[in-house]
Amino acid sequence: MAAAPSATAALADAPLRMQAVTVRFGAATALDQVSLTLQRGETVIILGAAGSGKTVLLKTALALIHPDEGRVLLFGEDTSRMKESALFELRSRMGILFQEGGLFDSLTIEENVAYPLRNQKSLRCPDADLRTRVEEALNFVELGHTLEKVPTELSGGMRRRVGIARAVVTRPELVLYDSPTAGLDPITANNIMTLIAKERDTRGTTTALATHRYQDGHLLANYRYNANTGRLEAAPNGGQDLRTRFLVMGDGRIVFEGTQDELEASTDGYVSKFAKRLTE
Amino acid sequence: MFDFLKGPIYTVQTFYSLAGRALANIFKRPHYWDDVAIQMDIVGVGSLPMVLLIGLFTGAVITLQMARALNQYGASDQVGQIVSITLIRELGPVLTAVLIAGRNASGMASELGSMKVTEQIDAMRALGTDPVQKLVTPRLLATTIMLPVLVIISDFMGLIGGYFTGCVLLALTSGSQFWNSAYRALEINDIAQGLIKPTVFAMVIALVGCHYGMNTTGGTQGVGRATTQAVVVASVWIIILTFFIGKFFVAL
Repeated sequence: MAAAPSATAALADAPLRMQAVTVRFGAATALDQVSLTLQRGETVIILGAAGSGKTVLLKTALALIHPDEGRVLLFGEDTSRMKESALFELRSRMGILFQEGGLFDSLTIEENVAYPLRNQKSLRCPDADLRTRVEEALNFVELGHTLEKVPTELSGGMRRRVGIARAVVTRPELVLYDSPTAGLDPITANNIMTLIAKERDTRGTTTALATHRYQDGHLLANYRYNANTGRLEAAPNGGQDLRTRFLVMGDGRIVFEGTQDELEASTDGYVSKFAKRLTE
Repeated sequence: MFDFLKGPIYTVQTFYSLAGRALANIFKRPHYWDDVAIQMDIVGVGSLPMVLLIGLFTGAVITLQMARALNQYGASDQVGQIVSITLIRELGPVLTAVLIAGRNASGMASELGSMKVTEQIDAMRALGTDPVQKLVTPRLLATTIMLPVLVIISDFMGLIGGYFTGCVLLALTSGSQFWNSAYRALEINDIAQGLIKPTVFAMVIALVGCHYGMNTTGGTQGVGRATTQAVVVASVWIIILTFFIGKFFVAL
């Protein structure tokens, strides 16, 4: 049966579609027949243990890794047949925060944040606007005073915040966050998650977040950023936002996909471990 | 059955792919001239004191070792010729290149390797830059420009070392005889050989260093492994290639 016209249109409009994607590194299978669609304005939380394929999934979504099988469609375009130069144009519509920040340690914070504005051809940010845009992005993560510093002078949490500033300075439609809270203390982790929610809720960005902490997903699913108070507040109607979905990955496969309630109700031994953490 | 060949074949394939892209990028925009200048400073100016010293003592040692044999045949006035041909054809390019391989192939492998394991290379691609264009091509260009220059300087210092040992220390011959025989012994073939070799070696050093850096895996331990491999592989290829280039010129 053919899909309804509205559903087909929504699918064509989806910023990211992965269809039966398999990625192998030698004999090891990092992603195994993974299919995922991320609709505009949606938030997807990708949970999973270390080595379950979360990072590979995000890098494949960004076409940094090309799948051995299956297709990745970014903003409706199949990336498997695209040249790297054409991919640069597509990637300029996306932002990514790498696991360790991925900041260039030989550049200052200002140069790091300005990097995509200077180098992505389609953005062509005039030199006169560069400083303003960089300051705006750094103020967004409350690090406006670090322009002249280099990444090694900053703490781990500050580096992640600069990473977020660099990811959002281009005002992307889709932002991917790879374990943004890994190795951080609970207070810093909470600050980072607040910034991610702020970006999502003030600009309506489509968001994919890979993490091993259920708390991160819980926060994005249940709280909204209030621009007036500058704080997170419980989502309206006293509950979860159904535009937030949870995925659980294990051994390169998506072993669970559903809402927060469905995740918490799961009786699967592996899946339930990611839901129970909050109450432990 | 031939599974053991997979690794080496894959390495050769990735090396030639990187070399092809780095060379093709020379003719493509954008050009990162600032990075070329920085690398020229690191490879050229940074290596200069070492090259001056090595060149000087290489010429001195050749003269020292040849003195007895030349005296035996009563040909000690030909010491300038021996120093000049040995240095310009062979030892100048090879010793300087091995030195630069130890200093710069390792530097390139460790720098790019660290960038690889800290996801800076991925970040570059994600933020609209071709890492080969930004990192490899400037290093290739800078090394290819600077190594022949360093070899010329090293050769000249070697002749000075030979002159001091042969004419001042051992009094084998007069200064004018030394420089005259050194100059007259050289043919265009020798000069060409002495300049083509460092050009080829420079490409090997930069590409091998960058190849191992860009393909680093396994964290900080992997960076150390890539650095060692880059120096060993570049040095071995310099010795192998000097034979084949020399053989080509002998056949001319």
